[in-house]
Amino acid sequence: MQTYDLEANGLRGLNSALQELNGSSNKTAWEIVNPKGSHAIAVGLNAPIDVTINGSTGYYCAGMNQQATVTVKGSVGPGVAENMMSGTVIVEGDASQYAGATGQGGLLVIKGNASSRCGISMKGIDIVVHGNIGHMCAFMGQAGNLVVLGDAGDALGDSCYEARFFVRGSVKSLGADCIEKEMRPEHIEILKDLLARAGADAKPEEFKRYGSARKLYNFDVDNAQAY
Amino acid sequence: MDNTNIPRTVPIQSATFSNPINAEIRRAAASGIYDIRGGGAKRKVPHFDDLLFLGASISRYPLEGYREKCDTKVTLGTRFAKKPIELDIPITIAGMSFGALSGPAKEALGRGASAAGTSTTTGDGGMTPEERGHSTKLVYQYLPSRYGMNPDDLRKADAIEVVVGQGAKPGGGGMLLGQKISDRVAQMRCLPKGIDQRSACRHPDWTGPDDLEIKILELREITDWQVPIYVKVGGTRPYYDTALAVKAGADVVVLDGMQGGTAATQDVFIEHVGLPTLACIRPAVQALQDLGVHREVQLVVSGGIRTGADVAKALALGADAVAIGTAALIALGDNDPKWESEYQKLGTTTGAYDDWHEGKDPAGITTQDAELMKRLDPIDAGRRLRNYLKVMTLEAQTIARACGHNHLHNLEPEDLCALTMEAAAMARVPLAGTDWYPGKAGF
Repeated sequence: MQTYDLEANGLRGLNSALQELNGSSNKTAWEIVNPKGSHAIAVGLNAPIDVTINGSTGYYCAGMNQQATVTVKGSVGPGVAENMMSGTVIVEGDASQYAGATGQGGLLVIKGNASSRCGISMKGIDIVVHGNIGHMCAFMGQAGNLVVLGDAGDALGDSCYEARFFVRGSVKSLGADCIEKEMRPEHIEILKDLLARAGADAKPEEFKRYGSARKLYNFDVDNAQAY
Repeated sequence: MDNTNIPRTVPIQSATFSNPINAEIRRAAASGIYDIRGGGAKRKVPHFDDLLFLGASISRYPLEGYREKCDTKVTLGTRFAKKPIELDIPITIAGMSFGALSGPAKEALGRGASAAGTSTTTGDGGMTPEERGHSTKLVYQYLPSRYGMNPDDLRKADAIEVVVGQGAKPGGGGMLLGQKISDRVAQMRCLPKGIDQRSACRHPDWTGPDDLEIKILELREITDWQVPIYVKVGGTRPYYDTALAVKAGADVVVLDGMQGGTAATQDVFIEHVGLPTLACIRPAVQALQDLGVHREVQLVVSGGIRTGADVAKALALGADAVAIGTAALIALGDNDPKWESEYQKLGTTTGAYDDWHEGKDPAGITTQDAELMKRLDPIDAGRRLRNYLKVMTLEAQTIARACGHNHLHNLEPEDLCALTMEAAAMARVPLAGTDWYPGKAGF
């Protein structure tokens, strides 16, 4: 286990050290201490390593992650795992706005609550939130799965494309062109897998599925009021 | 009374309800939708044509045209980047997306720009291998949609341009209509084929200059602080936007006036939102000067740059470089008279064709149609672009030498005068034959 004191040694040194790693390095486990809400911690990683951050972080923690498993033992600021490509990011606390924004792959697990715009413009990422999510989540979501064990705020899935949303609790309101959809066996399988990988204690049958009605896919002036 | 010999009032067309306006009213009434088109503002606005260079005289002497050197090199990104971009000429190619443009057109832009020693820029939709492969200097746009965005391509870029807005539609997003969404475009953007693809007007994970500063930090951390970070804004509040971009940590500010083109947006947006390019430059330069970073943070100006004279005028007003988009497409072959019969079939004519969003471009540039694309030879088109860039550079050098300067960057506002009050006010150079411009104290 490599231990890095962020307060003492600085951000550039940390990211540089982590970004230099590749699959052949033996330095596969890292612990970061004293993050103290710093921004851009562990961004741009591209190796199958485990990084544990002992404390809360600022903006864009684990941004654009590839391959790595990043665990935050605290809460995260805006844009955690933004544009993640692959790997896993686990937040043991809460997440601020834009969690998993534009993510293209990998798994983001938030064990607390996620604020507004979680999964905005998601492009293939899987996100599992153990708690509740705020308003405008998955706005313009293109692909991937957003699983919420708690409740969802206003305008879930507004203007979404092909992303899927699974919510166990209540949904305050659905966004434009987002509707409740039939939960078919293949969705149960997807959900079962995601819940297991996220360590979530819930049954797939307890969830409802939401997604695009696909009525706004091609502009029609008669739908103008929906935009 | 016999009225036959009384002169009749001649028919008078209304200046307010002109034929084009009436035609648009009828079109709107019939279709129920606003007009969407490509390109930039077509209305006449104060522009570089309203400025003149004074040339040398007794008070300063010129340089010999074919004997004395007039340098054109420019370095962009000297503030924080480990590897600033060094260009042979201060004319770059503006961001235009694969999707809006065909693959051969993007390749041609890369070939032409590289041959002329300058950079080209990606656009909404990501980086294509042919564009990267044919561009010695490639700027990677970081847009609100994040279509095709990935860290591997980010690290292949020679610079990153965070796009906040563009001159044709400051404050607006974009729409790539379904007819241009081929299998490849759909795959790159992670969306179904054939649907209209919206591009958001705001970035999904930051709002405001304080957030932008952190976003730039993240991009620098991911790219090891190697490459310059540009911030591109549409011309709206150039003083404050430039100042805020500098505060957020930009290496380069790209400022795009309302004549700057777009692949597609509402005509009402193009013609009625934003500032003319001429009105943007001096406030932006003022902001850089007030912050003590003029020339340390470089300013790239775009929107209606057509000739070497335009380049020289933009640089004289304080820009470090310019970017061209529409002009580059015309150099490739857009709106070429040889396609006139086909323009006629589309209900338009050479020089007026702007339905770039429909994907039916006879020149094979703004299309994803496999047959139309074949009409553009990227090697020939790239050569035309290189020639055009060379000519613009020679023209700008000609003017600079005539003003007594051995580098294009030595051009200055004192080399200029204005033909109109409006241009004098916007460019803050004297009205021709006077030592005064509107807003200058003393009158």
